[in-house]
Amino acid sequence: MRLLAAALLALALAAPALASDAHPTLAEMEGQVMCPVCKTTLDQSNSAAAQRIKAFIVRRIRAGDTKSEIEDRLVDDFGPAILAQPPKRGFDLLAWLLPIGGLLAGAVAVGYAAWRWTKSREPEPALAAAGPLDPQLERRLDEELRRFDE
Amino acid sequence: MAAVAGLFALLVWRVVHQNRDTVARKVAHGKTVRAPALDLPRLDGRGRVSLASLRGKAVVVNFWASWCKPCKQEAPALERSWKKLSRQGVVVLGVDVNDVSGDARHFARKLGLTYPLVHAPSTTWDDWGLAGVPETFFVDRRGRLVDVHIAGPVLQGDNKAQFERGIRLALRS
Repeated sequence: MRLLAAALLALALAAPALASDAHPTLAEMEGQVMCPVCKTTLDQSNSAAAQRIKAFIVRRIRAGDTKSEIEDRLVDDFGPAILAQPPKRGFDLLAWLLPIGGLLAGAVAVGYAAWRWTKSREPEPALAAAGPLDPQLERRLDEELRRFDE
Repeated sequence: MAAVAGLFALLVWRVVHQNRDTVARKVAHGKTVRAPALDLPRLDGRGRVSLASLRGKAVVVNFWASWCKPCKQEAPALERSWKKLSRQGVVVLGVDVNDVSGDARHFARKLGLTYPLVHAPSTTWDDWGLAGVPETFFVDRRGRLVDVHIAGPVLQGDNKAQFERGIRLALRS
């Protein structure tokens, strides 16, 4: 049952993504493509270069290209930096690995600190666990307790 | 932890060193520098052109884009220079950068450009330290940049004298 629910959820999430890839819009792509001259996304730029790239995207959408096909064409002409999201390879992989590595390192550091803290607060072992009392001490203790009862 | 610190240091190094000592900056300071190795596909798709293959000639490296209006103004002048000076060992190399290659091909066809045209990725813009287009550099016969760098149309105002000086210096080596 759980497996079925997970599969349905995955399908529900995948459907819009597939639709977006098959039928991209300029508005959607403007936020994901960089203006190579002004170093901002296209939706933030009105430069001549950005205008030309927007016109190119519109032409490709009308020609029926998918989002991936348009992105590939743009990368062919401008290089990978034309995409706002860095590719997951080469030096650009650092942009993905550093935050993940930072999070993992932080989690390890917090876990270790919590372990040290709880260990230092553990109660002292019970006296009983320390073994039988010295017979002489036990005799003195009995005498003291007897005197206390009187 | 150490790996993360190492990656972070690498990232900082990369950010600090990028765009430092660009070609344009070195030329502006009068330094003699070897021209960066350009090896790019021709705009018409017929093979590649590299600066190394043009060694022995004076090369006018002109960066342009089809969306740039001043580029449209200067292209006919570059075409005239190419036709006039090619027999003296001068090559005009048009480097289309930060442009849609289809638009650039249309631009070249419309203006009837016959000098070699190549298409460059955006990294070339940063490698040469371009501030905009058009920008023009001059590479001498030995592959070194001469200390003339023109930002703007080559035959406009004072740039015309600079253009002629750049060609003279590139041929002199």
